[in-house]
Amino acid sequence: MPVTAVEETTLSAINEILRDEALGEGSLIGALEEIQERYRYLPPEALILASEYFNVPLAQTYSVATFYNAFSLKPKGKHCLHVCMGTACHVRGSPQVLDRLETKLGIKSGETTEDKLFTLETVNCLGACALGPIVVTDEAYSGAMTPQKVDQLIKNLHRMEEAQV
Amino acid sequence: MKTAPGMAGYFQDYGGDLIIDPISKLQSVSEFEIWQNLLASEWDDTQPCVRVCDGTGCRALGSQKVLEKLRQELGQTKAIPLEHMISVEIVGTGCPGFCECGPLLTIYPEQVSYQRVKPGDIPEIIQKTLREKKIIERLLYTDPQTGKHIYREPELPFYQKQKRMLLDFNGRIDPTRIQDYIALGGYRSLVKALISLNPDEIIAEVKASGLRGRGGAGFSTGLKWEMCRRNILRTKIGYIICNADEGDPGAFMDRSLMEGNPHSVIEGMLIGAYAMNVQQGFVYIRAEYPLAVENLRIAIHQAEQAGLLGDNILGTDFSFRLHVRLGAGAFVCGEETALMASVEGRVGEPHPRPPYPAESGLWGQPTNINNVETWANIPFIIKQGARIFAETGTDKSKGTKIFSLVGKINNTGLVEVPMGITLREIIYDIGGGLPNGKAFKAAQLGGPSGGCLPAEHLDTKIDYESLTALGAIMGSGGMVVADEDTCMVDFARYFMSFTQQESCGKCTPCRIGTKAMLATLERICAGGGLPGDIEYLLEVAETVRTSSLCGLGQTAPNPVLSTIRYFRDEYEAHIFDKICPAKVCKGLISYSVIPELCNGCQVCLRNCPAGAISGAKQQVHRIDEALCTRCGMCKSVCKFEAIGLYSGAMVAI
Amino acid sequence: MIKMTIDNHPIQVREDRTILEACREHGFPIPTLCYHPALEPYGACRLCIVEIAQPSRPSRLTASCTYPCEEGLVVQTNSGRVKRSRRMTAELLLAGAWNSPAIQALAEELGVQEVRFHLPEEDICVLCGMCVRACHEIVGTNAISFIQRGIQKHVSPPFKISSAACIACGTCTLICPTGAIRLTKVTGVDTTLAVHGPIADLNPHYCRLCGVSDMSVHFLQDLDKSTYSRLTQSYQEVSK
Repeated sequence: MPVTAVEETTLSAINEILRDEALGEGSLIGALEEIQERYRYLPPEALILASEYFNVPLAQTYSVATFYNAFSLKPKGKHCLHVCMGTACHVRGSPQVLDRLETKLGIKSGETTEDKLFTLETVNCLGACALGPIVVTDEAYSGAMTPQKVDQLIKNLHRMEEAQV
Repeated sequence: MKTAPGMAGYFQDYGGDLIIDPISKLQSVSEFEIWQNLLASEWDDTQPCVRVCDGTGCRALGSQKVLEKLRQELGQTKAIPLEHMISVEIVGTGCPGFCECGPLLTIYPEQVSYQRVKPGDIPEIIQKTLREKKIIERLLYTDPQTGKHIYREPELPFYQKQKRMLLDFNGRIDPTRIQDYIALGGYRSLVKALISLNPDEIIAEVKASGLRGRGGAGFSTGLKWEMCRRNILRTKIGYIICNADEGDPGAFMDRSLMEGNPHSVIEGMLIGAYAMNVQQGFVYIRAEYPLAVENLRIAIHQAEQAGLLGDNILGTDFSFRLHVRLGAGAFVCGEETALMASVEGRVGEPHPRPPYPAESGLWGQPTNINNVETWANIPFIIKQGARIFAETGTDKSKGTKIFSLVGKINNTGLVEVPMGITLREIIYDIGGGLPNGKAFKAAQLGGPSGGCLPAEHLDTKIDYESLTALGAIMGSGGMVVADEDTCMVDFARYFMSFTQQESCGKCTPCRIGTKAMLATLERICAGGGLPGDIEYLLEVAETVRTSSLCGLGQTAPNPVLSTIRYFRDEYEAHIFDKICPAKVCKGLISYSVIPELCNGCQVCLRNCPAGAISGAKQQVHRIDEALCTRCGMCKSVCKFEAIGLYSGAMVAI
Repeated sequence: MIKMTIDNHPIQVREDRTILEACREHGFPIPTLCYHPALEPYGACRLCIVEIAQPSRPSRLTASCTYPCEEGLVVQTNSGRVKRSRRMTAELLLAGAWNSPAIQALAEELGVQEVRFHLPEEDICVLCGMCVRACHEIVGTNAISFIQRGIQKHVSPPFKISSAACIACGTCTLICPTGAIRLTKVTGVDTTLAVHGPIADLNPHYCRLCGVSDMSVHFLQDLDKSTYSRLTQSYQEVSK
């Protein structure tokens, strides 16, 4: 079994999440979503434990973890940038915005930067179509994006990171 | 069950606490009615109130900061003398639909509607409009046809042809307060159902109303309920589900209903559960809608507190529990059998029907699945009756439909219209026409499962049958407007790319067929189109459409079929002439400097990500076609309109 | 018994049969790939497509392996629409499995003239799912499953490493129609099962039902659902 170096505290927290969901008539997927949200990925231990709590084969849990876009088996970056690829955004130029982000960050959609700071992903329609094209950084929405505004967005993010250090 | 008389969202001082009316469990119908009468009497539309849209769209435009500033400023004005004091209720509402002009702020009782409001506007709004009762012109809507300012919300052209049976509450109530919903008559339909109607009568009413599934299939809701009820009487256990996995890109009707008026859906499900003898229900909702999820959870919690969900509702022997299940990023889970697999904790793989969910669904039991908008229609039907509901709409398509009107349109947003309205009315009268004077090319209905309607069909009456006859579908309500600058081949490619990524991969035609179609479309858009490509697309499309296991595969070819049907000339131009008439497809366009207009300022040169532009200061610049990535940056930064976009024309360099 | 029509012949069939079973019972040939009598019908390959008609509904195509027989159903197993669909499906299967003799033979039989689309990489696995389904439904060890989705979907043990649950019974290798799963002896006793990567490499264990360390082709061919449930029952009784 693959075991990554997951800390004891993480392991016990995962156990707690699973226990609560399994007892509260929750669902396997709901439990995995909570773990994903807290740790930004699903460690292998989480899948193994989840299989036990919900009494399903590990193969099924692994299927579920790899089927749905919401789950990631690799840790994501500190900041997640999501580019909406909905129809309205597309018609207003989201492909160019995505191109620009890929160029500026040096990664393709679905990847994380070397310094583990940024993960770039596309996302299906967020339902805020009047503002398209949209980029969501963590929870902050940036609307009416253009390739030029991308440069400013990245600059601001780097500035924010430097301020924290 | 005593409420503290107080107004929602009233801040005593800046940073203070909300006074909340406590919700206590109602033990009987008469307790409910007493509470409802009390809340209704406290609701006063003549009192000053500022309503700000706090839906996802307006939040992205900064509505939260507007609300914060409003609360801050009005809190501070408490310090001034009594006679100048205004006690004003501030309410963050759900989305009323006029998304293009957000953040939206409406002042009652006069119903003054301000648009694109910024936090910096708030002091002026408080002083001029709230105190002095004067209008601030620059914040008003301007009719592009007449140039006139319109200040009263009901008079805005955007709302004139709409019939807002479902969205009515969206601009008025605070979705996080069940009291608001009840004050305006909410849950009365549930009471009527529990007290004066039996399940068969309820189902008969829904059948008579003519309500058809709003998720896109358009199946008779009443018939569906009837089949499910019959099976549940046999099995003694069953489930109901609300499909809130709205995945069509460009559609956000369900999001706005869940954000702005979640109780309408809960009430509809309660009535359905009672009619079908079901004790447990699920709402399956996309995780990409965090605000809708939050407001739904708050609503369920408050309904449970009030005893409207749970055991022995209002003292009857009817019990019903509602659970929330989040989607996990799979469009295919909007398909009902895949949705149920997901609720059961498995991968979202559809399974063949028959058996239909009404016979064997969740955990093998009879299950009724309806779309958000379908459930939201139920309270009205029960309260007013089928006959009144059926007065709206056409012969076979009754009621209203919410559309999300997006793309190349002036008034992007949500519109609720009676079935039978024409496409032209939606696009021009409600939507305000296309921006920048561009010509209408097509409207795509039904997203990646749907088809497009070109200009020749602008006068089509929107109802289920007439759309199907034209190769389109009603779908869930997404309506994307394309103009002369939209390439219809690229449009089809975009939708095929979406469906292909979302295919679950179980069946051969969908898994490989959509990839084959996509590869062909990509090749055409890249300039590599070959004779026979259109015929190949049609051939693969036929098998994918007729032989795929589920609705995703079966409808995936629709955008391609529809665009070939109405825009075959564009396909032929791409394939045979190597021209993209709309000048969109990167493989068939080029950018070039127009020498007479070039100022030699080097702005484009500095902004080119590929280093493809050369030219000294004050000299005419030149774009190296081999290096150019067709990103369009140069054209967008050039202040002199000196960069031309061409397709197929020979360009002198 | 219910009455139906297949290719204009009136037939009678038991209520709990699928159209495919009815066709096979009465001698109407239907090509299949993902169907096996010992497994629950899956409906993935779409080769068993037939055309069905019911009163007051336009005729449509459906998979015969999953569609239950109905009174008055009119079935065409070889109409023009059916032939076109099967031919295109076979052509699409060759898009990845272009080197598979089994799929080539199938495609030739169904009239495929040329393969007009190829996936970027060859893949002899056609995702019929029989290995996964057998491992789950018959053997019960759940060592492998489908992972990812869409065109990336493939068969793998969890974490794509050697499975701890696999008992190397060999059922998956025997049931696979294209030979995508191979059983290779690395050293004298070590065994590796492989799809795109190892499923397991360990010594063969005993089949939990019959005690033999790999299942024979005959066992699989003869196994039908009722036999299996009788076997499982007696196994459970014995092991109490």
